[in-house]
Amino acid sequence: MSAIELLSWARGPALQFSVAVFIVGILIRVLEIWILGRKKDLSEPKAAGFSAGMRTIFTRSLPPPGMLKYLISGYIFHIGFFVVLFFFVPHILFFKDVLGFAWFGLPNGLIDGITILSLASLLYTLSIRLSDPVRRMLSNFNDYFAWTVTFLPLLTGYLAFHRHITDYTLMLAIHILTVNLLLISFPFTKLTHAVTLFASRWYNGAIAGRKGVKV
Amino acid sequence: MRRDETLADYLKQQGISRRGFLKFCAATASMMALPLGATEAIAKALSLAKRPSVIWLSFQECTGCTESLTRSSRPTLESLILDAISLDYHHTLQAASGSAAEEAREYAMQQNKGEYILIVDGSIPVKDDGIYSTIAGITNLQMLKDTAQHAAAIVSVGSCAAFGGIPHANPNPTGAVPVMDIIKDKPIINVPGCPPIPVVITGVLSHYLTYGTIPELDTLKRPLAFFGDTIHDRCYRRPFYDQGKFAKTFDDEGARKGWCLYELGCKGPTTHNACATAKWNGGTSFPIESGHPCLGCSEPDFWDAGGFYQPISTADFDVNKLATTAVVAGAAAGAAFGLYNRHKKSSAEHQHHKTSTDELKE
Repeated sequence: MSAIELLSWARGPALQFSVAVFIVGILIRVLEIWILGRKKDLSEPKAAGFSAGMRTIFTRSLPPPGMLKYLISGYIFHIGFFVVLFFFVPHILFFKDVLGFAWFGLPNGLIDGITILSLASLLYTLSIRLSDPVRRMLSNFNDYFAWTVTFLPLLTGYLAFHRHITDYTLMLAIHILTVNLLLISFPFTKLTHAVTLFASRWYNGAIAGRKGVKV
Repeated sequence: MRRDETLADYLKQQGISRRGFLKFCAATASMMALPLGATEAIAKALSLAKRPSVIWLSFQECTGCTESLTRSSRPTLESLILDAISLDYHHTLQAASGSAAEEAREYAMQQNKGEYILIVDGSIPVKDDGIYSTIAGITNLQMLKDTAQHAAAIVSVGSCAAFGGIPHANPNPTGAVPVMDIIKDKPIINVPGCPPIPVVITGVLSHYLTYGTIPELDTLKRPLAFFGDTIHDRCYRRPFYDQGKFAKTFDDEGARKGWCLYELGCKGPTTHNACATAKWNGGTSFPIESGHPCLGCSEPDFWDAGGFYQPISTADFDVNKLATTAVVAGAAAGAAFGLYNRHKKSSAEHQHHKTSTDELKE
């Protein structure tokens, strides 16, 4: 199989399968949680739960004391990944093809810089996980797997853009294949947090708020 | 050109000066990235070259490759060299036909056994024993096998001969395959393109005549000197790509200003060919220069590699259709899982045995 054939397969049947798994998987995960439901809380609320929940969505994004350095790298990675995914022109063209509308893209040079920062912050978070004995003990295969499937699309995208290691066609095919891997793993690993994050934060905040806890 | 004539004599007769000939040799050496001194070697070898025998087989093709080489607006040095190497058999160009033509081929094969160069354009149908394309009652498959047997080297000209091309496109009713899928024991040089660039063919032939070997090839057997870079890497519109300046339609401001055609489906980034440097029509321009995106015609299966006007970064299928099906399937599966878990939860609640104080007293 030549590089161009691999590319056609990656952006054809392989992507088709991955998108299907991604959508079906995410829906299964979310509906499963939602349909299971929670026992009705019959106690008299001490304060409003809803607003406490909304507040928690925001406050949990703020760095707790002493954790600033970790959170900075977390911020850089998350914002960086978001920007690279949604503001790199070829990516926008993908979304335009699906959604029917587009938005402005950022210059390639800027995207390039942000990619490097995101990669560096991911490496930094991995180094923390490995160097801290407690974190290392708590980490299992799933944690390293989630890190790897997130790191690879960024890395291969960067290599493809700069024509490093191998020819662009092959690297682009590998890049799309790593994206496919990310899509398939997404619903079945901790990466699902991207979808459930705000709902679970709100829920925790709302329970605490209802009990009168200051959040 | 007579058989005992040298190439230099022939070109002289055609009004090509020594200076013009040397310029061609220098250009060939430079195009093929050969070292300094290669110009002289090429000039010497080509001057002394005596009419190498070339058999040109045309199979499932549109004659576009031959047209590209021979029908330029004025005779180029490339086409003269092509004339000079002489074609002992080329059923589109030769005067003879029928059994006389086939005799010419067989004669050339016998006379130059193990020395002739075989040029093939067009793909070879192999389904149903290759009956879908025959010449003088001989299937293309059989003719290729017979003629390749005593060839010194094979040049697959055009995307059909190199990769199967359009006949090979889905659903490939004739079972068309490229030359390299059939012949495994001969040196094969692929010169893909729909059509290929004339100078690439003469470059390959000059290299063979000069060094007696085939040039360095990539993994798809294409000469690296011409197919080492992508169109995108050598494109004069590349700076616009880097600046994020794209033509959005064929007649917008960006298109008029000559901005990058990536958004209009240009396959330049994944296409290896020399169009951006060798150019077409006597060095006039190449498709992107005329405002049209590259179709990627020198890559395998370019006909099936997504829409010509779809950017490379888009999905090669209808995502919305797939997403709709997936949402319905996901919702159904999610609901099923959810309800099952709910059922499990409530049956666990029902089975929960409440211990009364009376029971504890016992």
